[in-house]
Amino acid sequence: MATQTLIFLFVGLSFALYIGIAIWSRAGSTKDYYVAGGGVHPVANGMATAADWMSAASFISMAGIISFMGRDGAMYLMGWTGGYVLLAMCLAPYLRKFGQFTVPDFVAERYYSQTARVVAVICVIFISFTYVAGQMRGVGIVFSRYLEVDINVGVMIGMGIVFVYAVLGGMKGITYTQVAQYCVMIFAYLVPAIFISMMITGNPIPQLGFGSHVEGTSLSVLEKLNGLSQELGFAQYTDGSKSTIDVFFITMALMVGTAGLPHVIVRFFTTPTVRDARKSAGYALLFIAVLYTTAPAVASFARINLLQTVSEAEYEQLPEWFANWENSGLMAWVDKNDDGKIQYRPGAPIEGKPSFIDARGDSGERLLSNNQTGNANELYVDRDIMVLANPEIANLPGWVIALVAAGGLAAALSTAAGLLLVISTSISHDLLKRNLMPGITDKQELLAARIAAAAAIGVAGLAGVYPPGFVASVVAFAFGLAASSFFPAILLGIFYKRMNREGAIAGMVTGLLFTASYIIYFKFLGGTSEQWWFGVSPEGIGTLGMLINFAVSLVVCHVTEAPPKAVQNLVDDIRIPRRDGKASEPVEEGETVRV
Amino acid sequence: MSADPSRDNQSAAAAYWRENIRILLSLLVIWFAVSFGCGILFVDQLDQISFFGFPLGFWFAQQGSIYTFLVLIFVYIGLMNRLDRKYNVQEEE
Repeated sequence: MATQTLIFLFVGLSFALYIGIAIWSRAGSTKDYYVAGGGVHPVANGMATAADWMSAASFISMAGIISFMGRDGAMYLMGWTGGYVLLAMCLAPYLRKFGQFTVPDFVAERYYSQTARVVAVICVIFISFTYVAGQMRGVGIVFSRYLEVDINVGVMIGMGIVFVYAVLGGMKGITYTQVAQYCVMIFAYLVPAIFISMMITGNPIPQLGFGSHVEGTSLSVLEKLNGLSQELGFAQYTDGSKSTIDVFFITMALMVGTAGLPHVIVRFFTTPTVRDARKSAGYALLFIAVLYTTAPAVASFARINLLQTVSEAEYEQLPEWFANWENSGLMAWVDKNDDGKIQYRPGAPIEGKPSFIDARGDSGERLLSNNQTGNANELYVDRDIMVLANPEIANLPGWVIALVAAGGLAAALSTAAGLLLVISTSISHDLLKRNLMPGITDKQELLAARIAAAAAIGVAGLAGVYPPGFVASVVAFAFGLAASSFFPAILLGIFYKRMNREGAIAGMVTGLLFTASYIIYFKFLGGTSEQWWFGVSPEGIGTLGMLINFAVSLVVCHVTEAPPKAVQNLVDDIRIPRRDGKASEPVEEGETVRV
Repeated sequence: MSADPSRDNQSAAAAYWRENIRILLSLLVIWFAVSFGCGILFVDQLDQISFFGFPLGFWFAQQGSIYTFLVLIFVYIGLMNRLDRKYNVQEEE
């Protein structure tokens, strides 16, 4: 069968599966809709959390980013996994015991304040929209590249699919769809990774191949890569180029931000017990780690492949995949010295993204209208190529390419659906039911949630069709804001009984304002990297924002009144897993006590 | 057993919470030491050591820290389940 037919077949089958699951698991009540009835098995919840968490960026872009950053890429690997340790130990079990539906629920009740709830709702909606816009764009890009439809048509189809299972099924539909999406995604990621690992090292397990010898040489993968990089004037792959303090701050901001992201936290409200909430976090990290430990291996293999294939190669002799990706605009070559060979060196070859003109050069390459830069580099490579072109570079059969298309769509759709649900819940539950219209019935609230979800999908789709140019830079926002607002407020709410309304609100507001102004100044108002405080980039400033939040909360809390007795009792209660919140004197292992 | 059952209950809850914090802090120290310590702060020193074809610091940064996180969470689950039973605070099945 032709590759194109296979792609349609795989994508079509996966979509049919998602819609089938959605119909089977329709939500009947608000509890179904918000937290899947609170009865999701920890393994299923772990898989769903993993699919929810791993977006188009994890699936398509991460290996490429690491490939070009070398060792510094570890900040994404550690940052996006280490947060689960914080979640599992500091937040998930207690929030499950608290047992409501949303993060603003917890903030409002623990800090006995509707103002706190409104601050929380605004953060939730802002963080989630930032994220979802990028996902819809990802859906559009995968569609346009593999299914040869217009990018906007791709966004529309994606919206339609998410509409069916998010609006009908709510959290219940989303959870079981995400389980299926995880399986599609991980299979699609591992198959090419295993093939390429065998090709380069002869070892089928990428994590082990990563440390093995390159076949036919006595050099390890990393030695080979360091050698190739140095020859061409790149930094050694295993050396970092960012300052230690910046890597430290960015990693911390990503970890804490992960633990504070509302669409991740809410997943732990769906388990039946506190014990299952802890287990869910463990399984979630396990399922995430499968992809996250494979990605750096893929990054290094793909880098070797790229350097060996293109460097000093004559354009006319290059394999077919080069022309394919040149046609889709992800690669470009400018023959600066007119020798017909590709010189790949550090630095950007052209100014900005390639814009092709309708003409071919002497060697048959597509010509560009961009201004050339002064350096010797002639090759433009989009980082996404490292995952997307992998199957072709490794000469894999058509069905593997089809699988990668279905996997990329699964990654983007699962994250988009999770985020849309959080947005609709904030509106129907936190704003309407708990604030503006407390009198509405369960049925009306459910209807409001569905309307809000449909509206949110529309807005997200618009953002996908007319992407605001700043999508990539605002991702720093989502993590920075989550780190500097929610994380300290929730952590102190659980571990520090004396923390009161005044402290928490003051902390959230200062943390948020500080982080937002720093990011806005350096991302949009032309701040330069010489002006960074302590050499910390905007991506890492959430860490400082979090520290400021902690400091302000503690100071303000000590000069204002202690929280009411009822709230202190609530804190005591969430610390004990048992439903009645009672503990007994320790008993020896094996002895049973009936109270 | 003291005469006042509610006081008894409170001191048990406090003891449970103290032990919980101790488990938490010891695991978080490892979490920090492996990721921020081995993977970021001391990465250059560790890179002098070779580990199954990797410079050790690089391995911690791109592989080892993730495996450690996983082990930490599952150790935490085990320790907490035991602690819950010790103070009889586990949830009824």
